Amino acid sequence: MSDKIRKIEGITKESTQAMIDEALSVYPEKARKKRAPHLAPNDAASGCASVKSNKKTVPGVMSARGCAYAGAKGVVWGPIRDMVHVSHGPVGCGWYSWGTRRNMMTGITGVNNFAMQFTSDFQEKDIVYGGDKKLKTLLEEAKELFPLAKGISVLSECPVGLIGDDINSVAKASAKDLDIPIIPCNCEGFRGVSQSLGHHISNDTIRDYIIGTREFAEPESPYDIALIGEYNIGGDAWSTKPLLEECGLNVKSVWTGDGELEKIAATHKVKLNVIHCYRSMNYMCKVMEEKFGIPWIELNFFGPTKIRQSLRALAELFDDNIKEKVEAVIAKYDPIMQAVIEEYKPRLDGKKVMLLVGGLRPRHTIGAYEDLGMDCVGSGYEFAHTDDYDRTAPEMPDATVVYDDPSEYEFEKFADALKPDLVGSGIKEKYVFQKMGIPFRQMHSWDYSGPYHGYKGFEVFARDVDMAINSPTWNLVKAPY
Amino acid sequence: MRQIAIYGKGGIGKSTTTQNTVAGLASLGKKVMIVGCDPKADSTRLILHAKAQNTVMDLVRELGTVEDLELEDVMKVGYGDIKCVESGGPEPGVGCAGRGVITAINFLEENGAYTPDLDFVFYDVLGDVVCGGFAMPIREGKAEEIYIVTSGEMMAMYAANNISKGILKYASSGKVRLAGLICNARKTDMEFELISELARRLGTQMIHFVPRDNQVQRAELRRMTVIEYSPEHPQAQEYLTLAQKIADNKMLVVPTPLEMEELEELLMKFGIMEAEDEAIVGVAEAAAA
Repeated sequence: MSDKIRKIEGITKESTQAMIDEALSVYPEKARKKRAPHLAPNDAASGCASVKSNKKTVPGVMSARGCAYAGAKGVVWGPIRDMVHVSHGPVGCGWYSWGTRRNMMTGITGVNNFAMQFTSDFQEKDIVYGGDKKLKTLLEEAKELFPLAKGISVLSECPVGLIGDDINSVAKASAKDLDIPIIPCNCEGFRGVSQSLGHHISNDTIRDYIIGTREFAEPESPYDIALIGEYNIGGDAWSTKPLLEECGLNVKSVWTGDGELEKIAATHKVKLNVIHCYRSMNYMCKVMEEKFGIPWIELNFFGPTKIRQSLRALAELFDDNIKEKVEAVIAKYDPIMQAVIEEYKPRLDGKKVMLLVGGLRPRHTIGAYEDLGMDCVGSGYEFAHTDDYDRTAPEMPDATVVYDDPSEYEFEKFADALKPDLVGSGIKEKYVFQKMGIPFRQMHSWDYSGPYHGYKGFEVFARDVDMAINSPTWNLVKAPY
Repeated sequence: MRQIAIYGKGGIGKSTTTQNTVAGLASLGKKVMIVGCDPKADSTRLILHAKAQNTVMDLVRELGTVEDLELEDVMKVGYGDIKCVESGGPEPGVGCAGRGVITAINFLEENGAYTPDLDFVFYDVLGDVVCGGFAMPIREGKAEEIYIVTSGEMMAMYAANNISKGILKYASSGKVRLAGLICNARKTDMEFELISELARRLGTQMIHFVPRDNQVQRAELRRMTVIEYSPEHPQAQEYLTLAQKIADNKMLVVPTPLEMEELEELLMKFGIMEAEDEAIVGVAEAAAA
């Protein structure tokens, strides 16, 4: 949490509210009434959510949201590299979610890494006669073709839930026959209002089928931790895991970036869970706390200021040995980070950024921009809940606009009014803003770059932000209208 | 808690039989919940004296998402403290009623409707198991006991045999068992003997023969069960007996459904069907004359 309330020149509660009202004015009355509570000026002092969230998207607007299947396949299950993940249903969902999230993996494909596209490829006959038999055959074939896979997840697409196939009973029977964990995940896309429910459903399946089923091979130590909600986007985990290890901690398991099933299954043996993406995995942290008494801490590894605060908060939970190592790490990296800031800050100071990302980064990355001298003038999430917006309020400057599940129209309208120097959002937004002549970075996938986490990541982040904002390209672009 | 699913041919009297039986169980001091799994939503009207209960799917449609729904919005308490829920669903010809059943049962599970004080949960399921959704009540961890309502009419018996085939499929991978046939009498010839024999061939029992009595209709006109409307009437006693038999029933079997020829042979034996004369097949009236 930031210690003082920041203000942005020219932005007041009144000016932000006027901008919101203008954006809302084009909507029909019913849509306006529905959207209004999701848009508000930030009340930094309150430390509380200023907007409503986790509600159904208003029909007729363009939303950036995904579906429950996307949350299960893309976020929670997909990154576990030594499992086969089956997209159960027609081919499209699996195909278009294949490899797009940039959760990077080690290993050899087909041996200890199965980042391939497995689908049951439903046809008319499978809808009419049910897909249970096909699924059974698929599971047998997967086991036969990839005997080294540690497990199989079955991720339901919409039609499976509609025709009411009982994938749970197929998974149970096949798991026994094939002697391999098979996890049925009822994450049909139409369930819930966004991908968020897919995260929750997937957490529940980890709880029901995975956790506690394995033990770590090595003996326990007081420094055993797990890194939760770290998906290794652009290699993030390869920055954070060594950093925590440098601090003297044993990172026994990463959930689920470059993840390994057996390590995830043994996570009930760690002493502390460190959670990065709270939105997608707080459920399992709470389960492990209740069931196994494992405490958990939320940390932020974006930008040197937040990393420093996070490492010190982490050290507080351990002995002097760790505290000393953490201070040594901070002392080692502070000058390196200072050099990065000195290089880029002169070109970025005072620049404004607007964010619209999933459930974590709209608050977690603000500190990293601020380290570079930039101000966040608007932020919002696709699928956050109230507890996320509570955590966001103190991170954002006072009175800046907060938007929940904004339509593309609202987002554009706000950008038009606020004239940001950078927009950070996803692929669906990218070209819209670039055509408006506004520099853009994809903040879901790090735009073919990364890592952005940890000290190593900040150097890349600073370079990318500078490259986007200060590219001479923008001087050559003139919108034709 | 015992979970029981009631299946049978459409129009055979599943909802009436279920509600009267459940009312009987309630008057025996049992705590019961009825989950109506039929978009017609008529599984609880006799318990609630209501035309139609607010269904789970009605409210989901109104609120937009199932996450916004509260248990007390959809669970009503009626005669004998019987808890009532209707899954609801679309009118015929649109949407997906089967998913309505899945959504409703998932909702009840997630929101703690299955409280430990319940002795019985009854699922009153749409006549034909047309898709996987209508098999939801007999998935693992749900109903393990199935009663099929039938009568001595040919199509009702065909349906009972078909449902047994479905149960066989589920029984082979889980704990679902056939617990008996309930004969809801239509006063056809040798009905008692015929259904007893069908039950025997299926490897189960005719748990009760419910005679036909217009008292049931008189009670229904008042949106009541016979048990509540006229507890002293002999028909109320029939349902009480059925309730007691279900409470005491320990005969849970994997059914042995009949082959079509076998079933037809049984029907012929009891004079319900005549032997086929291959000479008349495909011959028009004029040509035969």
